[in-house]
Amino acid sequence: MIVAESKPIKELLEMVKGFKKILVVGCKGCVTVCNVGGAKEVAILASTIRISGKKEGLDLVVGEHTLERQCDPEYIDELKDIIGDYDAVISIACGVGPQFISERYPATKVFPGVNTKFMGGAVEHGVWSERCAGCGTCVVHLFGGLCPIARCSKSLLNGPCGGSSNGKCEISSDVECIWDTIVLKMMEQDRLDELMEFRPPKSWTTARDGGPRKMIREELVK
Amino acid sequence: MDDFKPQIVAFCCTNCASSAAKVSHGMKKALPDNVKIIQVPCTGRIETLHLLKPFEEGADGVYVAGCQADSCQYIGGITKAAKRVAQVKGILEGLSIEPERIDVFHLSAGKGQEFVEVADRMVNTVKGLGPVLTAPNRN
Repeated sequence: MIVAESKPIKELLEMVKGFKKILVVGCKGCVTVCNVGGAKEVAILASTIRISGKKEGLDLVVGEHTLERQCDPEYIDELKDIIGDYDAVISIACGVGPQFISERYPATKVFPGVNTKFMGGAVEHGVWSERCAGCGTCVVHLFGGLCPIARCSKSLLNGPCGGSSNGKCEISSDVECIWDTIVLKMMEQDRLDELMEFRPPKSWTTARDGGPRKMIREELVK
Repeated sequence: MDDFKPQIVAFCCTNCASSAAKVSHGMKKALPDNVKIIQVPCTGRIETLHLLKPFEEGADGVYVAGCQADSCQYIGGITKAAKRVAQVKGILEGLSIEPERIDVFHLSAGKGQEFVEVADRMVNTVKGLGPVLTAPNRN
């Protein structure tokens, strides 16, 4: 899933300062699963803004709406009958959501309510960890099913580096050295010899370095 | 400030705090009349939104009264509630509202005296802080 975290409320209130009618829009996709942008969080943020308004003596109108997804135009269309009632929209979807809303409703002032962090998963309740860097050319099969691009601090393809110590990365004792894990896993699977093969520099043209990406699947295009 | 009577909402666990309330009633210990009790089956059910709504509706303080950490019938209810109280303290701080306006207390079923003391303590704390909302919004 795409993992995000809430923006500090002070930053958010500064963004929407001066607006009297604010619509908070959530998303039932990834941000619901990582407990940052679903219906529950929409209600919490809306309540927080209302408390702020009352504290400051402002007569704020704060609406709440949660879309099935904010990354599909048909769901963004759902807002068409209500969005005109508001001066500002706070989207608490990942960074895709506010952009889709901005594109669909050009006159609307849209603000992001979360900071989008990474693609990852829940490693325990309340803890998420990065797993994919979206490089566009998946090679996890070469490394025991683990991704050194997303999970090695240097994205090394021929690791580990000298900064690996007792299974931890030199950048922080909280960061696992994925190359340590890869080597152990390949040893367990009796595939250590595969790591002896030199992996040439990866082409990053399929990653973000190649510019904004777009995917077209002709069989699905109308 | 002396005539300010803060409105306090207390979320109380059925199994411990509410029993303590009954004991306090039996002891003829009066709870302050500006503390509104909301009884919950377990404080672990109290969501962040439940703790924010009273402030939105004009309350000046909120507290959760639940079990001792090691005696929750549902294992970790009060521990969960304490984490949500801490989250709401953070939200209040973000709004420049004193985090002392919300708190969590651990009680046992027989602690009637303590139940009333907790209520009094919370009333006094919030009274010292003054109203949370600006005057025109107070109900």
